[in-house]
Amino acid sequence: MELLSGADMIARFLKDEGVEYIYGYPGGAALHIYDALFRQDSVKHILVRHEQAATHAADGYARASGKPGVVLVTSGPGATNAVTGIATAYMDSIPMVVLCGQVASHLIGEDAFQETDIVGVTRPIVKHSFSIRHPSEIPEVLKKAFYLASTGRPGPVVVDIPKDMTAPTERYEYIYPKKVKLRSYNPVTRGHTGQIKKAVELMLKAKRPVFYTGGGVVTGKASEGLTDLVKRLGFPITTTLMGIGAYPQSDRQSLGWLGMHGSYESNMAMHHADLIIAIGARFDDRVTNNTSKFCPTAKIIHVDVDPSSISKTVRADVPIVGPADSVISEMISLVQGHPIAHPEALAEWWEKIDGWRADRHGKLYEPSKQGEMLKSQEVVEALCRVTRGEAYVTTDVGQHQMFAAQYYKFDKPNRLITSGGLGTMGFGFPAAMGIKQNFPDDDVVCVTGEGSFQMMMQELSTCKQYGVGVKILNLNNASLGMVRQWQDLNYKSRHAHSYMESLPDFHMLIEAYGFTAITVTTQDELEPALERAFADKHELVFLDVKVDPFEHVYPMQVPLGSMRDMLLSKTERT
Amino acid sequence: MRHIISILLENEPGALSRVVGLFSQRNFNIETLNVAPTEDPSLSRLTVTTVGDDRVIEQITKHLNKLIDVVKLVDLTEGNHIERELMLVKVKALGAARDEVKRTVDIFRAQIVDVTPSLYTVQITGDAAKLDAFLQAMAPVGILEVARTGVSGIARGDKVLSL
Ligand SMILES: Cc1ncc(C[n+]2csc(CCOP(=O)(O)OP(=O)(O)O)c2C)c(N)n1
Ligand SMILES: [Mg+2]
Repeated sequence: MELLSGADMIARFLKDEGVEYIYGYPGGAALHIYDALFRQDSVKHILVRHEQAATHAADGYARASGKPGVVLVTSGPGATNAVTGIATAYMDSIPMVVLCGQVASHLIGEDAFQETDIVGVTRPIVKHSFSIRHPSEIPEVLKKAFYLASTGRPGPVVVDIPKDMTAPTERYEYIYPKKVKLRSYNPVTRGHTGQIKKAVELMLKAKRPVFYTGGGVVTGKASEGLTDLVKRLGFPITTTLMGIGAYPQSDRQSLGWLGMHGSYESNMAMHHADLIIAIGARFDDRVTNNTSKFCPTAKIIHVDVDPSSISKTVRADVPIVGPADSVISEMISLVQGHPIAHPEALAEWWEKIDGWRADRHGKLYEPSKQGEMLKSQEVVEALCRVTRGEAYVTTDVGQHQMFAAQYYKFDKPNRLITSGGLGTMGFGFPAAMGIKQNFPDDDVVCVTGEGSFQMMMQELSTCKQYGVGVKILNLNNASLGMVRQWQDLNYKSRHAHSYMESLPDFHMLIEAYGFTAITVTTQDELEPALERAFADKHELVFLDVKVDPFEHVYPMQVPLGSMRDMLLSKTERT
Repeated sequence: MRHIISILLENEPGALSRVVGLFSQRNFNIETLNVAPTEDPSLSRLTVTTVGDDRVIEQITKHLNKLIDVVKLVDLTEGNHIERELMLVKVKALGAARDEVKRTVDIFRAQIVDVTPSLYTVQITGDAAKLDAFLQAMAPVGILEVARTGVSGIARGDKVLSL
């Protein structure tokens, strides 16, 4: 029998659970735990420079690897600094376990130094949370936390740990619990066969079908099955921003992604479809536009592991509660050997879709001419060329995020790592850091804006400490471009506080941390700079690319309209 | 429509706040809320009455079910059920009104559980409509204080909400 203190149990549990990296920042209430980490060497702790970055780094790691990210922070300000990252993970259903120090049990409720009711603060943005009440329950509670975070619809779990629970003097028996059961938590493992049959019948009879798939396919590790199913049927597929790469975008059947800034052909196809096969997507407002005008002629099949996502905003005709991978493989076995009923209608449908494609071909944006400022779009296209479409691309939030998603072509899931649900500026750089540490031999690039980057740029110091060779592509339009775009469209170009005055000299800033920075202003400089940046996988390089601040992101759905109501450029609309 | 949802909840600290928080977070409404331990000390039973169309009620039950601390729930209004609420009321009971109050209490099959020279404390059980009617009848006499438990309920017949 092994007797361990609470703090040692935590360190030991993390090892037994197979956790390699944790991201954190120390403080009084967490010091016993930090001491336990010091006395072991299986779990590597990465010291960030702000707790929000710890959550984003763990989140990026979780997205890229499919395993839960782990965060350790102290009580009070440490825990509240983590809140934005927890909310970010919650909105995108990312598995994460956040260990928060807390003041000693006997002080709780007394407004003790650095006391915050973090379980209360985070209640609406966690899948679940625990407070440790006795050191002996630590292994069991931690196991539950990891189990909950990573099964069903994944999400963040907070564990609040009062300081006395980790006291070095009190030791209890430690056994690693291989399994836990929660009587009130039984995530579904497969969909209802009758419903799946009904869905497949509709699919085989459809004349104008569209697959609309989301992050659930990515987190549910169902991309392969999805690709198989879509190829067998020959249907078009569009994904959400979170679902990008679940089906190879370079394939003809891929229409790109849909919604507010989605592709013209995706939104047109959705609007005119007679059957929408939604898998792991949640019909959120950035996709549907006005729900009362949403896809007026379509029947809707909706597969989701979370029953509360089904019929939340748009009523499903065939609801299927189940995990994407198992439902998709059941669909495949039902489709096998059954040809579609209306191949000629599908051919016509494709003609229509190819027509929409052709309509916008070469008109998506106007590339810069010699001597003009670079366009963000062409910079992302160059990035895609130089990295052969194989990099992990994280983004911050704004125009650069949409451009990255529109102009980088993703053929694999988990390669676009972006805060889709919460839209958190500051996410991209720490997320890239978390990915790079775990995939050191891959290219990891954060496409950011000068506004977003400044929200988390202190992490340059973390990258320096651990030698993290991420690339940072700053699409520097010297403005809060997305805000400015809305002000152009809705406020007669009154640019209230969307102009970034007194920007730092990024070149000097990066060099102050001992890294390489390259400033790019012309087309001739662009590709060589990118080649240079990606030459060494282990070197952090910052590209400060001065881009046209007048550019807007298009298409853009017209507010309150249907899927097909879009602005296509500053002068055209559907 | 009004719905009565009964929930078996883990008897854990913070469990109740997750339920209540869910309603405010998602803009669902709570008309009454009643909670107490059950014969199984690890479980509380919570009954909430809420109002909403079918879509809203479907969302409420789905989101409640998603809470890890919610073990089981039933929408009692989907079937035959018994609904009860207990109310304690202090009413003025002076002069001629004193007899009048007593008569009304009898009509409603309520009980006077405490008296002073100037007031009666009345205990009454029934569904919400009966309690409302009693309050209406007492209004002219003068209601001094009202304490209601909120609705509790149970399905009729063999149906049982248990683990
Ligand atoms: C933390 C946070 N604050 C505010 C916003 C609102 N917002 C969305 S995009 C944007 C501008 C982003 O500017 P920048 O990073 O320079 O990107 P750009 O749009 O210029 O490409 C702002 C302020 C947000 N998404 N996140
Ligand atoms: Mg900008």
